[in-house]
Amino acid sequence: MKKVEAIIKPFKLEEVKDALADLGIEGMTVSEVKGFGRQKGHTEIYRGSEYTVDFLPKIKIEVVLADASLESALAAIVKAAKTGKIGDGKVFVSPVEEAIRIRTDETGDKAV
Amino acid sequence: MEDRIKGLEAYINNVDPAGSAIVGVAGPGHTAWMMTAAALVLFMTLPGLALFYGGLVREKNVLSVLAMCLGLAGMVTILWWAVGYSLVFGTNFKPESGPTFLSNILGGTEYFFLNGVTSAPNTNYAYWVPQNVFCIYQLTFAIITPALIFGATAERFKFIPLMVFTFLWMFVVYFPLAHMVWGASGLMNGVWNADAKIPAIDFAGGTVVHMSSGWTALIVCIILGKRIGFGKEPMPPHSMVLCMVGTGMLWVGWYGFNAGSALAADGVAANAFLTTTLATGVASFVWAFAELVFKGKPSVLGFCSGAVAGLVVITPGCGFVNATGAVIIGVLAGFVPFLAVTYLKKMIGYDDALDTFGVHAVGGTMGAFLTGVLVDPAVNSNLVSDAYAAKNGLKAAIEGHSLWLVQLEAIGITLALAIVGATVLAFIVKLALGLRPSQEDESAGLDISDHGEEGYILNK
Repeated sequence: MKKVEAIIKPFKLEEVKDALADLGIEGMTVSEVKGFGRQKGHTEIYRGSEYTVDFLPKIKIEVVLADASLESALAAIVKAAKTGKIGDGKVFVSPVEEAIRIRTDETGDKAV
Repeated sequence: MEDRIKGLEAYINNVDPAGSAIVGVAGPGHTAWMMTAAALVLFMTLPGLALFYGGLVREKNVLSVLAMCLGLAGMVTILWWAVGYSLVFGTNFKPESGPTFLSNILGGTEYFFLNGVTSAPNTNYAYWVPQNVFCIYQLTFAIITPALIFGATAERFKFIPLMVFTFLWMFVVYFPLAHMVWGASGLMNGVWNADAKIPAIDFAGGTVVHMSSGWTALIVCIILGKRIGFGKEPMPPHSMVLCMVGTGMLWVGWYGFNAGSALAADGVAANAFLTTTLATGVASFVWAFAELVFKGKPSVLGFCSGAVAGLVVITPGCGFVNATGAVIIGVLAGFVPFLAVTYLKKMIGYDDALDTFGVHAVGGTMGAFLTGVLVDPAVNSNLVSDAYAAKNGLKAAIEGHSLWLVQLEAIGITLALAIVGATVLAFIVKLALGLRPSQEDESAGLDISDHGEEGYILNK
């Protein structure tokens, strides 16, 4: 199993969710996060006082998948989240040792 | 029959009904407007100013602004009932022989505890408005004026010392100044006091309200010192939405403030209604346009600040200038305070948190002066009345185009009173009680440390 963490632009969430759903992926965890990469923050001005906002709002999607679904899921996320402009985000993949569905005690691929 | 018609004509024309069959009663139309206007001016403070200022502070201090507005509304009401109204609008300090130093700066004792303030008009001020309505209308001005001060000192002035400071300030600055400008025996009441030594004009409170609060705000914010972290950490407004909502309420409420200051539903009120709208719309637009040119983007706070600045600057002249004058005032009101809050503040480095000085002191002072330049007796015949203006020199000053010099004298007296009064009182309260919360309390926010509440529990 693999865990996919995708940091994306907030307005791309619906498209990424739909693309993953089309692949039959049944669940995900979504959080509102802040951070920065190569994209710079922005400046806010209130009556001449300038504030630089370094941390920009992003959405983090976490999905745990069977190894077999990984490649198509990554392709779907990257395609759906891409605008081609700086700040589109990143995708991280890491191995997952175990998964358990609490209701049924199922484990492994059957639980994700 | 003729006496009755004479009374009706006096009512329609808003003049003295003396000698007719209708004497000593209020006129329904004028009364209805003045009760509405009083409610509008109270609405400017609660919740207009509370939201305008409250939106601009950080989340942890929003309740301290609301508590200040509510606290002042209550305390000033008590003061007004006990002595304030009488000290401003009474006249028994003035002996038969003529004005004295005391009668120039304070009214009298005859209305203490609102003794004799009934539904009959006080014809020193309005022929057709009940004195109790007039009294409450003027109370709403006395409430908003000190509330304006504490924009400059926001986020770092403890509640109890703030109230004690205001209690003293009302006696030392507001009551004398309001009497001098609006009292029937006041030193600077050019329109209604035939004995006024300085025949200046201030229709709705450029000196009394905005200069007094704005210059006091500068002094107190300097004596208080800067907020912890000022200039180092970001202190953006916590809700521009609340700020805009408050601005809208201020603008609407200001019709009561400015048009209501005619103390009648008459042509002078109608002119004030027009000039207030023109100056405010223009100033709001000009401020945001200046931002676009100098800073790249027009902001909501820019539109809001411009609107308030327009309202401030037109206040002293709204019943005395014409439409062209109002537009000129609007352009200057949008641009000069913009420069003050954007560049002057940074240059000098004081922490005027919500720009009370930049908007109210700069704007109020400019408005008092411009009123003297742009005055037009065609819109208000009281400016050249035989009963008052011809006797105290106002008429001559207007006809000689030298009223701006008289206005400068009034500005000087207002400045001196506000600056000296605020300095002395702030140091007295600082020595007696201290002004600021502990560093820990200030960092935690005044809402918790002064009031034991939080503004927003949602999502916690």
